[in-house]
Amino acid sequence: MGNNQIDTARDSEAVRVEEGGAALNNGGLPESSDMYNITVRNCDLYYGDFQALKSVSIDIEEREVTALIGPSGCGKSTFIKTLNRMNDLVEGCRITGEILIGGRDIYAKSTDVTLLRKNAGMVFQKPNPFPMSIYDNIAFAPRTFGIKKKIELDVIVESSLKHAGLWLEVKDRLKKNAMGLSGGQQQRLCIARALAADPKILLMDEPTSALDPISTGRIEELINELKTEYTIVIVTHNMQQATRISDKTAFFLLGEIIEYGTTESIFSMPKDKRTENYITGRFG
Amino acid sequence: MMIKAYRYIKARDAVMRGIFLFCAVFAVLALGCICVFLFAEGLPFIGKVGVSNFFGTKWHLDSGAYGILSMIVASLYVTGLSTLIGIAIGLFTAICLYKFCPAKAVNPIRQLITLLAGIPSVIYGLFGMIVIVPFLRDNISSNGVGYGILAASLVLSVMILPTIVSISLDALNSVPRSYYEGALALGATSEQSVFKVMLPAAKSGILAAVVLSIGRAIGETMAVIMVIGGSPAMPGSLFQSVRTMTANIAMGATELSGDAATALVSTGVVLFCFTLLLNTSISLLKGGFKRESKSA
Repeated sequence: MGNNQIDTARDSEAVRVEEGGAALNNGGLPESSDMYNITVRNCDLYYGDFQALKSVSIDIEEREVTALIGPSGCGKSTFIKTLNRMNDLVEGCRITGEILIGGRDIYAKSTDVTLLRKNAGMVFQKPNPFPMSIYDNIAFAPRTFGIKKKIELDVIVESSLKHAGLWLEVKDRLKKNAMGLSGGQQQRLCIARALAADPKILLMDEPTSALDPISTGRIEELINELKTEYTIVIVTHNMQQATRISDKTAFFLLGEIIEYGTTESIFSMPKDKRTENYITGRFG
Repeated sequence: MMIKAYRYIKARDAVMRGIFLFCAVFAVLALGCICVFLFAEGLPFIGKVGVSNFFGTKWHLDSGAYGILSMIVASLYVTGLSTLIGIAIGLFTAICLYKFCPAKAVNPIRQLITLLAGIPSVIYGLFGMIVIVPFLRDNISSNGVGYGILAASLVLSVMILPTIVSISLDALNSVPRSYYEGALALGATSEQSVFKVMLPAAKSGILAAVVLSIGRAIGETMAVIMVIGGSPAMPGSLFQSVRTMTANIAMGATELSGDAATALVSTGVVLFCFTLLLNTSISLLKGGFKRESKSA
């Protein structure tokens, strides 16, 4: 494994083409569902000359909620995007170090990026439903992976929407355009859409920052329910949110992890002065 | 002193407003004049020779047969075929420029394609006449004729490429990038993201490109005349000398007079109705999409 260098999106596309047969080995990820912990060792990330992550090392446990906190521009969103390789899209992005999911290096050449992204679903800051029907939104990922039968899709759509707590609200208008939903509903739709890909990990990049308090509450409840089945990593600007929903918290500052531990210990007795300053609102 | 200056300014404003108003009305006036001329001249003639004569298949001026059906059919064939070819090539060009070609090559290629739009149509006609028609005659045609619907469609499809490529590309570029990232994050490949998400999201713009290019194709005259042959015959083959409505008008305009010249105006009325229909469908399409996205 060792150090990998990923230069541009185009390189990774090339890798995927070469490794056409990799679809069979589950994208370099383990088959068994009980090994979806994330291990990061000495991860450095550069955007051109700018170093956005500095020797980041962290162990993220499966079936836990891990919150990433820190002031804007501290690298937490950058970090979460390395976990499903969305940073591959950024021109001039270079990553060194090791990122293992279930013990497998996701930046290895044999990694099938599409399968990695299927297994590590992402929910974005701004809800981004596709401009198509609610049904087609949810069915997008399964269809992408070759499920065509309507009966199978129906089952996936229903269970995903139920999982995301949206089924009762939309079951009578599945054929309506998803853009007609409210912001909170759209975000839950996006969660349902990610769940429909049958992921093991959910990466959430400030999923509630564009939502009203009630919708935010619903998403937080949802995260609490989902953590029994999924490994969840969530970037948040909201300290209260971190304490409400997360088991572990990592504090990022200027591209480094300053402190990482159980949420309780981070918020009740932070070891580092900078962590204390941040969570008590003295900067950031 | 102040008052005087103020009055001057007011007077100047009034004059300028008048000029602006005139300019704004000018285009509308021009449209009105053309409409009045076309319908006042063309419609009575259709009545005079009879609808069945005018929409008949026989165009024989000496015997008073003014049927333009063969020309309507030829126009539709040429327009349909050229738009099909043009859209197929143009849309894939736009998709390629959008995502699948090296970033450095995008702008040069786009500018070169735009350059196509600046070539005078008579040059297209020449090219068609000297290169395409002989090529079709010697290599493709089974009956030894190069002129006809296929030659005209090929020339036209190149002429409408710039419209399709640039409007489709703009439409694709205006789709939020978050859709693309969302699709990738779900495990879709770049191709799947573009074809399943971005392209459908850009459909209204792409439809506009299609309708605009149909308008261009149905109205093109010079290039078509030079490669289509020109006989007022009902199209029965891709390789056969036929005549479109535009060709009919332009070919007769310099030499006909009297009833025959009026017949050309009536042909113009029919052509005008077709383009009017196209333009209305554009606005309906646009309105429909606005409603759709609003209710959405």
